[in-house]
Amino acid sequence: MPADFISNLYVFILAGFVGFELIKRVSPLLHTPLMSLTNALDAIVVVAAIIIAGRHETLLTTTLGAIAVAASFSNMVGGFFITDRMLRMFKTGRPNKS
Amino acid sequence: MTVAGIQQYLDFAYIAAVVLFMLSLKWLSSPRTSRWGVLAGEIGAAMAVTATLFNPELVQYKWIVIALIIGAGVGIPLGMVKMTAVPQRTALSHAFGAASAAMIGIAEYYVGTAPVTRFEMGEIALEVIIGSLTFTGSLIAAGKLQEILPQRPIVYRGQNIVSLAILSSALGLAVALVVDPAHTLLFPIMVVVALIFGVMLVTPIGGADMPTVISLLNSYAGFSAALLGFVLNSKVLVVAGALDGSSGFILSVIMCKAMNRSFTNVLFGAFGQVQTSAAAAREEKTYRSATPEEAAGILAAANRVVIVPGYGMAVAQAQHKVRELYDALTKRGIDVRFAIHPVAGRMPGHMNVLLAEADVPYDRLIEMEEINGDFPQTDVALVIGANDVTNPAARTDTNSPIYGMPILDVDKARTVMVIKRSMNPGFAGIDNPLYYYDKTLMLFGDAKGFVTNILHELSGAHG
Repeated sequence: MPADFISNLYVFILAGFVGFELIKRVSPLLHTPLMSLTNALDAIVVVAAIIIAGRHETLLTTTLGAIAVAASFSNMVGGFFITDRMLRMFKTGRPNKS
Repeated sequence: MTVAGIQQYLDFAYIAAVVLFMLSLKWLSSPRTSRWGVLAGEIGAAMAVTATLFNPELVQYKWIVIALIIGAGVGIPLGMVKMTAVPQRTALSHAFGAASAAMIGIAEYYVGTAPVTRFEMGEIALEVIIGSLTFTGSLIAAGKLQEILPQRPIVYRGQNIVSLAILSSALGLAVALVVDPAHTLLFPIMVVVALIFGVMLVTPIGGADMPTVISLLNSYAGFSAALLGFVLNSKVLVVAGALDGSSGFILSVIMCKAMNRSFTNVLFGAFGQVQTSAAAAREEKTYRSATPEEAAGILAAANRVVIVPGYGMAVAQAQHKVRELYDALTKRGIDVRFAIHPVAGRMPGHMNVLLAEADVPYDRLIEMEEINGDFPQTDVALVIGANDVTNPAARTDTNSPIYGMPILDVDKARTVMVIKRSMNPGFAGIDNPLYYYDKTLMLFGDAKGFVTNILHELSGAHG
């Protein structure tokens, strides 16, 4: 088994535990924004897509890379945007008539 | 600067991004700090993306820039959708995320830099299978939520066997590729088979099960990104994928518990098919109904009111009218709270977002465990577009398909009022004995229309 695999596995397991502990604490009130936020964070695959698209190796890989850049970047932009919009709506106390 | 030197700076940027991502989730735990969480995530993501653009491996920027512009152009409108459309938007973003992970995996297979070892082949095959099935599965889920596709479960005889056969053949092709990665022809076939399996996986699942399915797809999308991190040896992907994957997994578990069902039951159970005939065979029972005027009178005379919203409220777009009702009753000194069942609506937290959008203060939105003890002291429980989550058969009737599912104990309130279009059971076809109780009043009509009429009566009686 490659050494990289082992070190990645360490990182995966530790991050999984951290994620579990952090997400357990998120109030059910915010489960929808949680899903859109983690979606935006997951869109970090855009960095891998950028490298595939920018290496410019074959037409196929560049095309796949570019589509992946567009798809994941739209998740990143849209995910953060909608999460913030949702969180802005959560207000405490008596609402002011608007 | 040397290539290795630049690489080091990039790694620091990625580490900083990972730290910010964790802070982002930590701050999300409370509504007070949650917006800081979004900011932390944005800074982390921006750092990682910017750093990547300086990667010395990049030789051509044209397509990157075009794709980033298209991505932003698609992402911004998708970030501006109405709150009622959030479930389908979320499903669509799972599809996008999974598609990009799958496409990068596919590209990695065809990149001729190094011969693919058996081990790498296994990683790529698994990653591409999960990414592809999540892509089509999420598209089907989004289609059902947008009601382009029928929300009812679509089932046929032998479905599970066919689905499992398709999954096995995708895995079989993956094994063949691991044995000999040079079988380049098998790779696209494997991708297509995995895409088909995603369709088969979600098509039989009904609308009421969407909260679980959307969480599971969330989890798959995350794990496919983490696996991609293994393939590319990118720790930032492993961490982000693990966070997203565990988040989706936790939500799936919560949703399954809230329905007292197992994953396998949700995925292969095709809920609601068997019961339809059973419900139709039931004898006619008597129920009481009330007019908006009577309903308004009962509400005005109450001290404590609990409103139970469900998917029907979202469909009728009634959340703003419900907020007005909340305001009108609160102004009369009546204590009004909302009881939120974990699977109310079409995704985790759906009702909270809708009501928050309508300006209901979030401290009035109470979780099931917390509010259930208060129903005996509640004068009126007003159920708006919710059904199964209030069904007392879940506690008592061992034959009921929802037996054992935790429910909101609305039947313990002094009076129950249910806004519903008609006595027809929903597509799940499960009869709700609550409707035939002596203390239950059925308010027939569209949720938005009926609440508007109650409001009219309340203001009329007042002035």
